[in-house]
Amino acid sequence: MTEPQAVTQQSSTAGRAAIEVENLVREFRKGPRAVDGIDLAVSPGEIYGFLGPNGAGKSTTVLMLTTLLPPTSGCARVGGYDVVRQGAQVRAVIGAALQEAALDAILTGREHLLLQGTLQGLPGEYRRRRAQELLERVGLTEAADRRVGGYSGGMKRRLDLALALVHSPRILFLDEPTTGLDVQSRAALWEEVARLAHDEGMTVFLTTQYLEEADALADRIGIIDHGRIVAEGTPARLKAEIGSPSVEVTPADAEAGDRLAELLSAFGEMRRNGRGAVTVHLPGGEAQLAEIVRILDQANLKVDTLQLHQPSLDDVFLAKTGRKLEGSGDGSAAEVPVESPDRGRRRRGG
Amino acid sequence: MAVEAATLPSGGGAVSHGTGLVEQTLAVARRAVVRTARQRGLLVFPMLFPLILFAINGSALSPATRIPHFPTRHYRDFLIAMTFVQGAMFVSITAGVDLARDIESGFLNRLALTPLRTQALLIGQLGGALVLGCVQAVAYLLVGLATGVTLVSGVGGAFVLLGLSILIAFAFASLGGFLALRFGTGEAVQGIFPLLFVTLFLSSSSLPRNLIKTTWFRDVATYNPMSYLIESLRSLVIKGWDFQALALGFGFSLVLLVITLGLSEAAMRTRLARR
Repeated sequence: MTEPQAVTQQSSTAGRAAIEVENLVREFRKGPRAVDGIDLAVSPGEIYGFLGPNGAGKSTTVLMLTTLLPPTSGCARVGGYDVVRQGAQVRAVIGAALQEAALDAILTGREHLLLQGTLQGLPGEYRRRRAQELLERVGLTEAADRRVGGYSGGMKRRLDLALALVHSPRILFLDEPTTGLDVQSRAALWEEVARLAHDEGMTVFLTTQYLEEADALADRIGIIDHGRIVAEGTPARLKAEIGSPSVEVTPADAEAGDRLAELLSAFGEMRRNGRGAVTVHLPGGEAQLAEIVRILDQANLKVDTLQLHQPSLDDVFLAKTGRKLEGSGDGSAAEVPVESPDRGRRRRGG
Repeated sequence: MAVEAATLPSGGGAVSHGTGLVEQTLAVARRAVVRTARQRGLLVFPMLFPLILFAINGSALSPATRIPHFPTRHYRDFLIAMTFVQGAMFVSITAGVDLARDIESGFLNRLALTPLRTQALLIGQLGGALVLGCVQAVAYLLVGLATGVTLVSGVGGAFVLLGLSILIAFAFASLGGFLALRFGTGEAVQGIFPLLFVTLFLSSSSLPRNLIKTTWFRDVATYNPMSYLIESLRSLVIKGWDFQALALGFGFSLVLLVITLGLSEAAMRTRLARR
């Protein structure tokens, strides 16, 4: 398709989703369907978290959306352009940091940025200023003229992100950008991704196998398993979908477990744990917590700990796929300090 | 350090002026050259090996000049053409392994995500090998002259010799590129190299074809294009201006280049699979 036609095509799609996918399929020879008919739509400026275990089809989807792998069937439009018929136009509006930080160990960070700028067609002086700006933004100014072979994993990831941003794309694809990073590097990268979406209005398509990452960053999440999207929505909606919060109460004296169970049974579905502890689901939500505390106080039942559990993405993943996500841990269990009837303020760890 | 903000309006390419084929090719080639220059092992060892063989064979096989009708009195004059072709073969390995490394690391995908044209990517990637080929050719010529090799074709012949050997190096580099794109690993490229070397020894690299007494060997050498690459380079050293030999040398080099570039481009398109 010629350039003028492409522009016309895009302008006619103004206001549509930044990424639209319909029944997208990718089959590999002698292999299963890596992507098995997915549909999704990502709005401009949205951070879409694509969550799934290894081999679920996340990276294959990204490769198709970035034009690096042709779909077997289905259609996908990125930035208003068809990924099969308008690959060049798609590539002009996207930036991508793929699963491996694909860098040349022999070149310096600055040389990478200048090469990328040249190939993206940025004029010379602008190219140099843009490289410097991005190096500063990702905190690589001091390492800019060192060979990338000596960079740490976090530095490589940050350079990878900077390279994806050289031409100020409208849509950014990040394929497991924090895998293998330490906590500090991960937090810095999250901060930058959030800034890009919220301050610059960039659409971000983020694949991850970390629940915590999806929960912290994504406006909406799609959970993919065996090539199919099994759940989609905002993190809050997905959690709400699978049920109510629960509270776990551990009595100070394990012998009081029966009495505790009797008191809490009135609130909802209940489960006995070890050491007399009782978990009860709260169909009425967190508001029931105050009532529980009041009843325990009235019954003069000494409590060691009281912990409120919000449904987590881990629970969502378990409910939708029947198994836990490897390496998950979204840390959404809330610690609730409570006033025990006669022991004053207590705390709970773990 | 404070810098003037260089923020593009989000949308991609708002400041982009588009990059032409030449500028794209030069950018990729510059990177390839920098890579080659920074890996001294890549420069030194492929250059040394043909020179070592030149020194050994030049000394050990020098009695061959006593064979009746041998075309020159100094075996080194006869042998140096093989050194240029051996060097070109090493260039093919360098080019292939470099490209395979880019495939394995995903760097090729990074380049493919830019508006870079396939031809620019391919020729630029081979640029480093081309520079290596130039450096090698000059080095071999200087070493040859320093060890007593005389060019019957004179100064003009030296330039033609350099030009032809660089063309041969580029054709072999393109072959290395094709192997890398087809198989995707440096190991595969290195594994195929010995087979390439066999074709060198099954040619007129050590003896003129008319003096090879073993019939099958002479026939193989006659049908082996490698013989004509060597003989064209050799003609400039020992004969002067043999236009038939030069035409065959340039002709086979160009045919090899066109075929390997064509195969490489097709393999590049298949590997990138971008639309």
